[in-house]
Amino acid sequence: MTAMRVRQAIVTALADEMRADENVIFFGEDVAEAEGPFKTSEGILEEFGPVRVRDTPISEMGFTGAAVGAAMMGLKPVVEIMFIEFLGVALDQVVTEGAKMRYLSNGTLSVPMTIRASVGSGLGFGCQHSQTLEHWFASTPGLKVLMPSDAQSAYSLLRAAIQDPDPVIVLEPRILYAERGEVDTSIVTKIGKASMRSTGSDITIVALGHMVNIAEAAIKAAGVSADLVDLQTIIPWDRETVLASVKKTGRLIVVEEAPQSGGWGSEIVAIVTAQLFSSLKSAPFRITTPDVPVPFNGGLEARFAPTSDDVVRQIKHALTQSGAPQPWWVAEGVAK
Amino acid sequence: MTTSLERRNALYGNDLACYERMVEIREFEKITNALFAAGSIRGTTHLAVGQEALALGMATTLQPTDVIAGTYRSHALALAFGLTPHSVLGEIMGKATGCCGGVGGSMHMCDTSVGVLPTSAIIGGGMPIAAGAALAFQVQKSKNIGVALFGDGATNIGAFHESLNLAAIWKLPVVFICDNNVYGEYSRINTTTPIEDLHKRAESFAMPHMAIDGMDIHAVRKGVGEAVDRARSGGGPTLVEAKTYRFSGHSRADQALYRPEGELEKWQKRDPLLVTEQDLIARKLITQDQIDQMKSTMEADLGALAKKVESDPEPELSAMFSNIWTPAKAGK
Repeated sequence: MTAMRVRQAIVTALADEMRADENVIFFGEDVAEAEGPFKTSEGILEEFGPVRVRDTPISEMGFTGAAVGAAMMGLKPVVEIMFIEFLGVALDQVVTEGAKMRYLSNGTLSVPMTIRASVGSGLGFGCQHSQTLEHWFASTPGLKVLMPSDAQSAYSLLRAAIQDPDPVIVLEPRILYAERGEVDTSIVTKIGKASMRSTGSDITIVALGHMVNIAEAAIKAAGVSADLVDLQTIIPWDRETVLASVKKTGRLIVVEEAPQSGGWGSEIVAIVTAQLFSSLKSAPFRITTPDVPVPFNGGLEARFAPTSDDVVRQIKHALTQSGAPQPWWVAEGVAK
Repeated sequence: MTTSLERRNALYGNDLACYERMVEIREFEKITNALFAAGSIRGTTHLAVGQEALALGMATTLQPTDVIAGTYRSHALALAFGLTPHSVLGEIMGKATGCCGGVGGSMHMCDTSVGVLPTSAIIGGGMPIAAGAALAFQVQKSKNIGVALFGDGATNIGAFHESLNLAAIWKLPVVFICDNNVYGEYSRINTTTPIEDLHKRAESFAMPHMAIDGMDIHAVRKGVGEAVDRARSGGGPTLVEAKTYRFSGHSRADQALYRPEGELEKWQKRDPLLVTEQDLIARKLITQDQIDQMKSTMEADLGALAKKVESDPEPELSAMFSNIWTPAKAGK
């Protein structure tokens, strides 16, 4: 085990894969000479050289599509998208080209590419640089979508993504880059497998990315016995682990840093409700952001994503009442 | 059964075989049109009548190990590069015998044994991919090259500019071939684009460029050949603009009633089949009688094939669930 920051775990995972497989190449905006705007590629150019490590123009469609083409020809490109929003201008290459190439080649081609992107609110970047946007990809067959919650998962998920034969998107909560944690570099996560952050008997909480940390703090503050499932993979998500946990506890809360409408948690609540209806002790529900852009003002942004205080309130509700609670903005009369 | 690679290899150094393949494409498109009209083909089709010389010129200049990312106007490309009429028509008709097992359709041809990457139904969609394939060849120190084939309309989309820019700064072994057939969907080029000599757009990427006569296979081979040689020898990308003309409408829904009077007739005098026939007759490689015989034989053969394909098996339901992700053991 080695102590390192999340951003260092990402560098380490990339370097370990580049050492293990010369087909791994890495490019993105300011990732080579400048070593990444978030310092997620420190030392990579120096060790692996300018053929395999490249700065690109500000041209996401061009270089993301180039990763698709290079992957089909046998390389394993890793591209960095500085802010997930920038993938909007490259969406065709991800959703309509990359995710379809195996299908449209009758299974003769694979696209072993990895897209890393920083996501999430909390740092005052405003509404065009603070979204998570995982729902853009979560309903695109052919993609795999991962999100780490700490240094260990940042390391282990990125290695798994690079090793995977299909297009994988790794969404990195930007707010975690500077966080420290212990990393065991022998662990490569299995894509599609959730991780149990804690185990308990009264309630199951499913979360993703930084919301795992928020939920963990809330569980401690509420003093409850809870299974905390760190989903890690959004597609394909780990139904087995989630269903087994809710079967045991009879209660489910999903904590998402994503708008209430159309979030991945809806899928989980729907499947759990349909399959475990008779063993539920209370209504499964989601804690999400409101359906609004991410506000810039610090006070407002602090209330945008689920807070541990609010998760505590909603856990207590779930343990004492059968119906779902109102989201905070309704409970506090701020909005409908 | 003849493989795609055998059909491709049969073309090299054989102008008569190239002409016969052009006749195959022309007759194939006639049958596709008829099958669509008869309701035997679902969805849509985009015919490449009049663009045969470009397809054959590329097929005989590139090697089967080079890769090309083409467009939804895919039938001529597929047949010229080697795919069998059976696998192309099978795909157009959604049969299990199609090159994509029937799940792709008319716009999606693919055969990696002859370097045909999945053709894209998105304007410009294949361009960054071709550049990326070229990036792989550069990193792997391979002599193969990538080619992007796209229409005039694609030169107005971001993918065109991003791909040319990336290829230029990284000096990628890629050739960009613009099939300027004068129309982007239903719109004539002058209504959508401030210039008609599209190859000049390469100037802003400091990239070599040229216009070629896309109706003449020899002119195509010469121009594309120069670009291919440059790419293969490490000289970087080229933008080649092939001047062609779309003899049919954009897709089956389009009767092309918007053409200026006399434009089609003017271009039909430069019909690539006609141009090639004149060349072959002058070189005494074929007679008019033999041409007529070849066309009627091809029409009959493809007609018989169409009947056969109509009764080919449909894909199994399981085909819908296949090839989404790579099976775990197929490699990393």
